[in-house]
Amino acid sequence: MEKRVVFRSAWLPYALLAPQILVTVVFFFWPAFQAVWFSFQLQDAFGLNTEFVGLQNFAELFRDSRYLESFKVTAVFSLLVAFFGLAISLVLATMADRVLRGALAYKTLLIWPYAVAPAVAGVLWAFLFAPSIGIITYVLKGWGVDWNWIIHGDQAMLLVVIASVWKQISYNFLFFLAGLQSIPKSLIEAAAIDGAGPGRRFWTIVFPLLSPTTFFLLVVNIVYAFFDTFGVIDATTQGGPAQATQILVYKVYHDGVKSADLGGSSAQSVVLMAIVILLTVVQFRFVERKVNY
Amino acid sequence: MVENRPFLTFFSHATLILGVVAVAFPLYVTFVASTLTLEQILEVPMSLLPGDQLIANYSQVLLAGSHKGSAAPVATMMMNSLIMALMISVGKIAISIIASFAIVFFRFPLRNFFFWMIFITLMLPVEVRIIPTFKVVSDLGMLNSYAGLTIPLIASATATFLFRQFFLTIPDELAEAARIDGAGPMRFFFDVVLPLSKTSIAALFVIQFIYGWNQYLWPLLITSDESMYTTVIGIKRMIVGSDAANEWHLVMATAILALLPPALVVVLMQKWFVKGLVETEK
Repeated sequence: MEKRVVFRSAWLPYALLAPQILVTVVFFFWPAFQAVWFSFQLQDAFGLNTEFVGLQNFAELFRDSRYLESFKVTAVFSLLVAFFGLAISLVLATMADRVLRGALAYKTLLIWPYAVAPAVAGVLWAFLFAPSIGIITYVLKGWGVDWNWIIHGDQAMLLVVIASVWKQISYNFLFFLAGLQSIPKSLIEAAAIDGAGPGRRFWTIVFPLLSPTTFFLLVVNIVYAFFDTFGVIDATTQGGPAQATQILVYKVYHDGVKSADLGGSSAQSVVLMAIVILLTVVQFRFVERKVNY
Repeated sequence: MVENRPFLTFFSHATLILGVVAVAFPLYVTFVASTLTLEQILEVPMSLLPGDQLIANYSQVLLAGSHKGSAAPVATMMMNSLIMALMISVGKIAISIIASFAIVFFRFPLRNFFFWMIFITLMLPVEVRIIPTFKVVSDLGMLNSYAGLTIPLIASATATFLFRQFFLTIPDELAEAARIDGAGPMRFFFDVVLPLSKTSIAALFVIQFIYGWNQYLWPLLITSDESMYTTVIGIKRMIVGSDAANEWHLVMATAILALLPPALVVVLMQKWFVKGLVETEK
């Protein structure tokens, strides 16, 4: 879509675009270009000498079992976050769409965790699950569970998944609720007249019609789990124990900032960039076309 | 409602109440912990009823910080968070609205090229270019400054899109009338476009304020000076060891102070928040 009526000026549009373009070039394109450039180089331990090594950093990366492990951890983590985040919020949104009384109050009380920073969400849940003083730990110990996420990798994973899902439910809930409210009531009524019960109506009418929303949220949640959960992990497990929760983004940070391995960290950045580009393309192609029946 | 099923209605309410309680539980425990003494928290299990240390704990963190971790007062951190959130939200809106104005209301060489340049930034989140961006900011001498905290984050593809979508819906007649009356483009921008964009600006502001307030990785990298910490970073710096070694009563009070302002913005400006969330994702 284009405007028919436009203004003419030789310099004004460039001046208006200048601040945005300047920021993107200096803080986005230049660093991204450098990440690609560094990924082809090898630096000695003091950063005095750099040598062009081609694809060697990438080859090493994919031979490194710890990097492959981090891929696996990221896959498990993002699938768990996306699955539980979507399932719980779909249940809540379906219920909230049904009730007449108190709908606004429920909505208000369910959306506020969106405002909580991921790092703060991590601290809140780490406190509840703290190995010696946590209140949930106390209950779990009463049930005979040996709870200590500082030692057990699977429990650490569970902790970061819970904190990440808790923060994301409000977002998914709002989009599911909007999706549910846009389904024509006449379809549901027709099915009810034909004798379909609530469960049948949900699975044969509502759920298929909701598929564009679900697919969109799936992509958004995977992106969230890949990148925005950095704060959750840094404030709780810091990738431990024994890298059980070291997702790719955390590893880039760990190798680049803490271990100062410039080439290796940049190669990881480039791999991540490729993943983001892939996810963005998927999101735009499918969401624009609206997956539907 | 399609039909009356009392049991299903009861079940819906029960599920929602369970959801609300489960979502609020961590917040409640955090609040209770922030009103207890450290000794009371370390008694397992801790009490689930608020104690009497509310004023003592909050004035301690606000004015003096923690004992073991960062000793910077949280009041300073909250001021830093506020400045960061405001500069990011206002900056993003300002540079995006003029950029989309140029793209929609002018024809000039390289217009599409610039539009795609802004679009591509969507694919370059801070997380994938940590080290090189840090180097750029450090080379420019912007470490430990508000400029360094905010300027690298204010480019916004989503805000530019949102304004572009909205500007495309402004009737051509308005621009035509303005031109016939002899108004230049900037006059048209300030007198027509800006007032019409009020609701979009409000919606974006809410979303970007929360985004700015909750930044974590970026301030973690570029602030080493305690006086430049934001509240979210402050919490992280107060956690010195694991488990019982921390001053949990102070950490929890700081956590409440870190989440209260953005949570209030969401709850009080709910209408704008929902609008902003739904529209920025289009």
